Amino acid sequence: MARIEVDMNYCKGCGLCVDVCPQDIMQLNSEIMTQKGYHPATCVDQDACTGCTSCALMCPDVAITIER
Amino acid sequence: MTTTTSSATAVAPQKGKVLFARTPALTDTVTNYCPGCTHGIIQRLVAETIDELGIEGTTVGVCPVGCSVTAYDFYSCDMVQAAHGRAPAVATGLKRSCPGNTVFTYQGDGDLASIGMAETVHAATRGEKITVIFINNAIYGMTGGQMAPTSLPGQVTQTSPYGRDIETAGHPIRVCELLSTLDGVALAQRVTVDSPKNVRAAKKAVRKAFEYQIEGLGYTIIEVLATCPTNWGLTPTAAFGWLRDNMLPYYPLGVYKDVKAGEGEK
Ligand SMILES: Cc1ncc(C[n+]2csc(CCOP(=O)(O)OP(=O)(O)O)c2C)c(N)n1
Ligand code: SF4
Repeated sequence: MARIEVDMNYCKGCGLCVDVCPQDIMQLNSEIMTQKGYHPATCVDQDACTGCTSCALMCPDVAITIER
Repeated sequence: MTTTTSSATAVAPQKGKVLFARTPALTDTVTNYCPGCTHGIIQRLVAETIDELGIEGTTVGVCPVGCSVTAYDFYSCDMVQAAHGRAPAVATGLKRSCPGNTVFTYQGDGDLASIGMAETVHAATRGEKITVIFINNAIYGMTGGQMAPTSLPGQVTQTSPYGRDIETAGHPIRVCELLSTLDGVALAQRVTVDSPKNVRAAKKAVRKAFEYQIEGLGYTIIEVLATCPTNWGLTPTAAFGWLRDNMLPYYPLGVYKDVKAGEGEK
């Protein structure tokens, strides 16, 4: 089990992490709008994260930190 | 535009093992790239390489004209801004005057293969000990999507509304293949960043190029097939599909020149 943190200052809501996550636990949060006007990505099930880092590897804005 | 947020720095005090975090060679500036643009991935791979090799204090980058024109804001190492296409010439001066430094250029396809083709070919044939990171997104991104020398046959752009016509616009340039014929080139490799697996492979290639430079082997170039979702008119994910369907067949991935190829290296 790993812990994902998405920094909303960096996230531009491009959705690449959502598409690449093999566990399907990343989503764009339509409830929140960042300062720049994007719906940021968020992990909806931290317990299911295997820590594969696929989301972080694909994130163009280096917004994701992953810890185990 | 500097941001101050917790997560970029707050990873250390936790007892958990950090699996992924921002690398220090990147500043905390938010980039001005469009959402989903692969410029961000590629520039991160360069920054991670700089940190892994421990050369941030002795590295100088040259940023070009194009969407990465403000890359001096994104890297912690020294950066120099070059006129359009002239990065290899500037890098030549930087490297020759301070041979102990590691010098890289970060250039788009408009910058490198159009206005900067002469500088590129001559720096390569002179065997300048620099590393060129070449972002091939088959279009001019910054100026709004004009045809680049690397735009594909039939590709619709602002300046080829009926698709690139080979009769009038000629054929796209395969830069790695072209440069691999030159004796000064130590490494010419084409990679892409459309999946975690390919991102890892791209990182290995970038690192290898930096290592070859440090060993003084000659000119090194890593061509990265990239996306420009904005000017291609596609979502970031669909842009990867377009890249795989159209760019990969024309620009095959692979090592086109490696002076150490015979030594059991990849
Ligand atoms: C001497 C000169 N000519 C033309 C331009 C206009 N210009 C700015 S960016 C650019 C093309 C950049 O395309 P590319 O190198 O592919 O980078 P990208 O924006 O796609 O990252 C051009 C032609 C300029 N700034 N300077
Ligand atoms: S215009 Fe294209 S290359 Fe430039 S930042 Fe946007 S997506 Fe990236």
